[in-house]
Amino acid sequence: MKIAIASGKGGTGKTTVAVNLALSLQDAQLIDCDVEEPNCNLFLNRELDQLTEVSSMIPEIVEENCTYCKKCSDFCRFNAIATIPNKILTFPTLCHSCGGCIMVCPEGAIQEHEIVTGIIRKTSGDDKKSPELYEGLLDIGQTMASPVISELKKNIDPGKTSIIDAPPGTACPVLTTLEDVDYCILVTEPTPFGLHDLKLAVEVVRTLEIPHGIIINRSGSGDNSVEEFCMNENVEILMKIPHDTKIAQLYSEGIPFVQEMGHWKEKFIQLYSSIQDRYSREIET
Amino acid sequence: MKQLVIISGKGGTGKTTITAAIASMTENAIIADCDVDAPNLHLILEPEIIDTSDFYGMEIAQIDSEKCTGCNICIENCNFDAIHTDHSINSCKCEGCGVCEYVCPENAIKMINNPSGSVFNSMTRYGPMVHAELMIGEEASGKLVTAVKEHAASLANENEAELIICDGPPGTGCPVIAAITGADLALIVTEPSLSGIHDLERIIQVTDHFRIPAIVCINKYNINEGNTKQIESSCEENGIMVAGKLPYDTVPNKAMIGKKTIIEYEDNEFSEKLRNIWRKVRSKLCEDQ
Repeated sequence: MKIAIASGKGGTGKTTVAVNLALSLQDAQLIDCDVEEPNCNLFLNRELDQLTEVSSMIPEIVEENCTYCKKCSDFCRFNAIATIPNKILTFPTLCHSCGGCIMVCPEGAIQEHEIVTGIIRKTSGDDKKSPELYEGLLDIGQTMASPVISELKKNIDPGKTSIIDAPPGTACPVLTTLEDVDYCILVTEPTPFGLHDLKLAVEVVRTLEIPHGIIINRSGSGDNSVEEFCMNENVEILMKIPHDTKIAQLYSEGIPFVQEMGHWKEKFIQLYSSIQDRYSREIET
Repeated sequence: MKQLVIISGKGGTGKTTITAAIASMTENAIIADCDVDAPNLHLILEPEIIDTSDFYGMEIAQIDSEKCTGCNICIENCNFDAIHTDHSINSCKCEGCGVCEYVCPENAIKMINNPSGSVFNSMTRYGPMVHAELMIGEEASGKLVTAVKEHAASLANENEAELIICDGPPGTGCPVIAAITGADLALIVTEPSLSGIHDLERIIQVTDHFRIPAIVCINKYNINEGNTKQIESSCEENGIMVAGKLPYDTVPNKAMIGKKTIIEYEDNEFSEKLRNIWRKVRSKLCEDQ
């Protein structure tokens, strides 16, 4: 079963929930899809081995063949090529690797050139501690997160339970992450900002028709508006994690709180089995 | 005219709260919410929308099923797997590159405009504000950030504003790069957690890469004073000024629930600390003049 943890915005506690849930389960996979800021391993502190590089093809101009006809720069909708008299410039970070410039060049003056945009890493082979962690890491200055996420998700083992930490927001990287997951936990906090972003996140999972429930993090620190919203909209509250300085301190030190506060492990196991129940009910209906 | 962008590498560190507070301490500034994915600034500043313009991201492909002969040349040439086997377009995957239109031998494919959000010119109690809304699942949030900044720049010209204050998006990717482009100073809000430190290192690499001067503010510094010291010394090593430290407090949440900026909410120790931070940021902004 593939369970994604999303939230609409950052800083609500997605990674906290993902790590603590994965640590409470046996033999889970933890997939960190927040490739701009992968943080799961800060809490697991495992040795990671590089598994693959993610690369994309960008144009390379063979200047001696180029007649500066502008066909490539006119075609490129991403402004990744500019032609000025007797000079042609490429902007690799803007390139989406569609290959169009190569097709339209009448002189064969453009070659494809492979660049690395990110890497995929996983816990090293001799590290048998649960869970197994996979993370993607987008290179600094690169803009295309989705190809790194797609490559990362190829490592999901359908025979295992995968806990997938999603990036913040509601744009393409989130959709790439949520594509084909079985269940989505939305983490929010009980404040006006939290509620606003939760509404967007609920809209996303409803559009994608993914069964979902809510975890309220830092419960007690704000107001009741999130709970009222969940009641009115018939969205299930799966768990409340209290606003607790002990949890905040453990978080700041990079210690998953289930390790120090053992009774929370039981709560996460219960959470998982109730999600399983709900999921199988949804599948039947 | 100067441009200040408030960023953090990650979300939830207090960017928007600090942006709102700064907005209430400035005069003659334009406020821009560049977090188009999950905008929150309007919840505090309650802008009154004066003018809405549609935002078109990338065009997307549309296949005319009457002309399509099912030759699959488009599918073979699409690098984004955006064309289904029944020759319909997956609008989430289509990047709008136009390759399918180019290769189609039947002229059955057209690139069409794809409305993907709105940009609002508004008025708040602290002056003009530009903000936006991206439709769910739409791409091109970097492009929308650029559109917000362009609107803010033209408002700044009209109003002869001295400053544009941009509430930035989280992360280090496309929208952040769009938000910091052209900024005179990035105020990086961080918190003393291990993930906060990690994300701070990544965002400083980004500001360095694009040569944007940076200044740091440590929020909730007393949650882990050891980590706070570590942030302070690494900033010192990198020649980045720490503008100030804010303690963990219930004030930001209470102000947020009351739809007020921290400065408006109450004159207290917390708001005084913010005033000091703003003084330092302002003098850093004026340094290069």
